[in-house]
Amino acid sequence: MQKKRDALPDRGAVLGCLAAFAVLAMLGGVLNPYLISLLTIVFLFTFIGQSWSIMLGLGGQLSIGHALFVGIGAYSVAVLNIRYGLSPWFGLVVGMALAAIVGATLAWLSFRFEVRGIYFALLTIAAAEFARVVFSGWEFVGAMQGLFFPAQSGPNSFWMLRGDARFYYYVSLAAVLLGVSATALIRRSFLGYVWRAMRDDEDASRALGVRTFLHKILVVSFSGAWAAIGGGLLALVQGSVFPDSIMGMGISVDILVGPIVGGLGTAFGPLIGTLITLPLDHLASAIGNRFGIPGLNNVGYGLALIAAVWLLPDGIWPAIVNSVKSITGFSWFGNLQRGMSRSD
Amino acid sequence: MLTLWGNVLASGILMGLVYGIIALGLTIIFGVIRIVNFAHGAMVVFGLYVGYCAGAWWGIPTIVAAVSAGALLFVFGYGLETSVVKRFVTRPHHIQFILFIGISLVLSGAQLITFGPDPRPSVSHLSFETIALGPIRLDLARLQAATVAAVMILALAAFLKYSTFGRFIRAAADNRLGGLMVGLPIPKIYAMTFGIGAACAGVAGALISPLFDAQPFLAVDFTLLAFVTVIVGGLGSFVGALVGGLTIGLTEAVAALLFAPSLKSALSYGLLMIVLIVRPRGFFGAKET
Repeated sequence: MQKKRDALPDRGAVLGCLAAFAVLAMLGGVLNPYLISLLTIVFLFTFIGQSWSIMLGLGGQLSIGHALFVGIGAYSVAVLNIRYGLSPWFGLVVGMALAAIVGATLAWLSFRFEVRGIYFALLTIAAAEFARVVFSGWEFVGAMQGLFFPAQSGPNSFWMLRGDARFYYYVSLAAVLLGVSATALIRRSFLGYVWRAMRDDEDASRALGVRTFLHKILVVSFSGAWAAIGGGLLALVQGSVFPDSIMGMGISVDILVGPIVGGLGTAFGPLIGTLITLPLDHLASAIGNRFGIPGLNNVGYGLALIAAVWLLPDGIWPAIVNSVKSITGFSWFGNLQRGMSRSD
Repeated sequence: MLTLWGNVLASGILMGLVYGIIALGLTIIFGVIRIVNFAHGAMVVFGLYVGYCAGAWWGIPTIVAAVSAGALLFVFGYGLETSVVKRFVTRPHHIQFILFIGISLVLSGAQLITFGPDPRPSVSHLSFETIALGPIRLDLARLQAATVAAVMILALAAFLKYSTFGRFIRAAADNRLGGLMVGLPIPKIYAMTFGIGAACAGVAGALISPLFDAQPFLAVDFTLLAFVTVIVGGLGSFVGALVGGLTIGLTEAVAALLFAPSLKSALSYGLLMIVLIVRPRGFFGAKET
């Protein structure tokens, strides 16, 4: 029963997903520039959030320093493009490879002594901060002054990944679609089953012949490589790279707030969560600036986060799905909400 | 040259004791409740502002301010645990992380609203006055901070070791279920522990108010500093927090002397990496995490 549902994605879910992306694609043609750029950032953080979600939802490893991988991706693209004039595509590939290596090293360092749980999480944040401090003092990558991409001129170029705001809107929307499909595919693949078995009971899966040490390293480096792509795109969209704004603790927090608040382990959770939390943060900042009270935005956003984890323990998306189901008496969204949840 | 080194090492040890007490607050909360307090830095800054206000507005000496900050933060921590945190004790780590990020944001935001984003320099002149100890000169602010920190560490150790309630706390840290079965007041123990942890942060914050300009954005730095310290020392270990604090204090002092002062945090992270490679659980880390 379990196997059957996993093997074939729910048709309703796929249709709903495609419909949502079609709507978002059409919105790209009509929205004003501010909303376009806001949604672009939302999509990129969704994409990175999906990689974070793979690591915790499938691999069972909590990372609170995902900005490390984002920063590696961003700097690979920026350095290769600005210093050597290479296409960002090279930067993305190099960033993926570097992030995978760094992720594997970090995982190897901690897992070889059975460090797990919250201890590993603290290591990820320490590594991210270490990298941020090193990059802040490294002249070749711009140190604190950062690196700037040359201003965009001429037509949109897919090869150089340069274009106007709308161009990046579609690039990042495509990235999210890619992320949703990749998540679904991995979940149904051999690795997905192995990783979930390892997440649920490491000792039992090892007894069954799963090389858990290897797979834990694999899931961390896979997730890191994925996040590096998002980081590279983020650097292009922002047009500049600074250690604090691409590797800071704030980025790590922004990455994981969306998936958790939206509903961890669900297909739409990261998108819905980021779609709500990131604009909420911007809105709170705008209100704080409007009334000339710095800090009001922090209080508002902080209270919203506390309320979200307090009142909606499973996240926003499952809450929406359940309430729609209880009102109409029909499961409109298929089993989408089950996604990667721990109960399956 | 030798005197210079002596001075640097002495000031490193003095700062290390203060770092130790910050880490102690984090580690005691983790050891008992199994929660990582990501709002720890914001609580340190809370204490920093108490120290600043006491000095700048009312002219109260730093030691008195430290005691009041400790009392204030204890009440705050106790209240926070009984009203909010206790509902999240059994939740997964990532949910707890979001909760504490939220608490941290609210605290920092409240500080921003009250005091504004500008750094508030201390009015205390203690940091300019020195005392000679043989060839070594120590500045009074550091000496005072380290002395109070040392007294507090000893008092806390005695409380945990000899008092009845301290024994309860250790029992709860050792085995929560067993404690429940023999009738320990677990909810009260948790609330007290969180209060004590917050009080450590508050005292440390007030103590360093003559050395640091109070600023809301320091919260992240202090949180990370506490993390590095407890990882080096070993999460959940009382002695580990102290040793970690001293190690980080010495490392920063030596780094500021040998390299640029701006590189001192890089060197402590570097030290952290070395510790990870050699002993991933820190000096005194427990086997089970």
